[in-house]
Amino acid sequence: MNWSELLSAPLAFKMLALAAVVFAVGAVTLRNVFHCALSLAAMFFALSGVFVLLDADFLAVVQILIYVGAIVVLMIFAVVLTERITSSSVRQANHLVIPGALLCLALLAGLISVIRVSAWPALETGPQQDTIKIIGRQLLSTHVEAFEVASVLLLAALVGSVFLGKEITKK
Amino acid sequence: MTPLSQYLALGAVVFVIGLFGVLTRRNAIGILISIEIMLGAVILNLVAFSRFVETTTLNGQVFSVFVMTVAAGEAAVGLALILALYKSVRAVFADKFNILKW
Repeated sequence: MNWSELLSAPLAFKMLALAAVVFAVGAVTLRNVFHCALSLAAMFFALSGVFVLLDADFLAVVQILIYVGAIVVLMIFAVVLTERITSSSVRQANHLVIPGALLCLALLAGLISVIRVSAWPALETGPQQDTIKIIGRQLLSTHVEAFEVASVLLLAALVGSVFLGKEITKK
Repeated sequence: MTPLSQYLALGAVVFVIGLFGVLTRRNAIGILISIEIMLGAVILNLVAFSRFVETTTLNGQVFSVFVMTVAAGEAAVGLALILALYKSVRAVFADKFNILKW
């Protein structure tokens, strides 16, 4: 990857990538946690737009349904059920901001250099179609064990969160 | 069509932003939000690879469905844990959660 390639990328990808990065930065740096949750929702909208560019139409819809429809709403519930954390006097970041930023920048530099020097396959095929059909067939044939395990995992998560959420009374 | 390396670069940037949030946030809900950002970056990488490598089987997209399943379960359990801790500690800050220490 080089920067002239980045400049020649399609406008839609550039705008979606910019939106995703901006909203992700907002979600990790805004002081008000409620605004963070809303910024997270916006970031997932931008990422699902990128999925559409990658011909993954089913996953784009599922991403909006699960993340924006369920997870972000759950986060907002947790924010409202806890306390007045929005006051500007409360510190939201710990003392690790500078070392954390340095570590993240080092990791990003490493990742980008690996991505730049590797030889990635170029796109040969035309647009992908019938993704829902292929995903459904794969889920129920090749990956059927993982599918069943995922259902057990969801059941366990449901029972566990109900147990944790109910009032624990001490004897 | 955008080359694969740009999708991977976007995934790397978003993942690193999420990692920064996990490292620096005090609020436990903020940490969970950052973990969701990291999982989103991982899903983006999986989808990009499923578009460019082995396009007929769509294994990357199937894996993304599983990652989303685990992310949903993780968010539910994590938020229930935070609410249970809030009931006993009256705080949502991770540096106040020391009740597992002796």
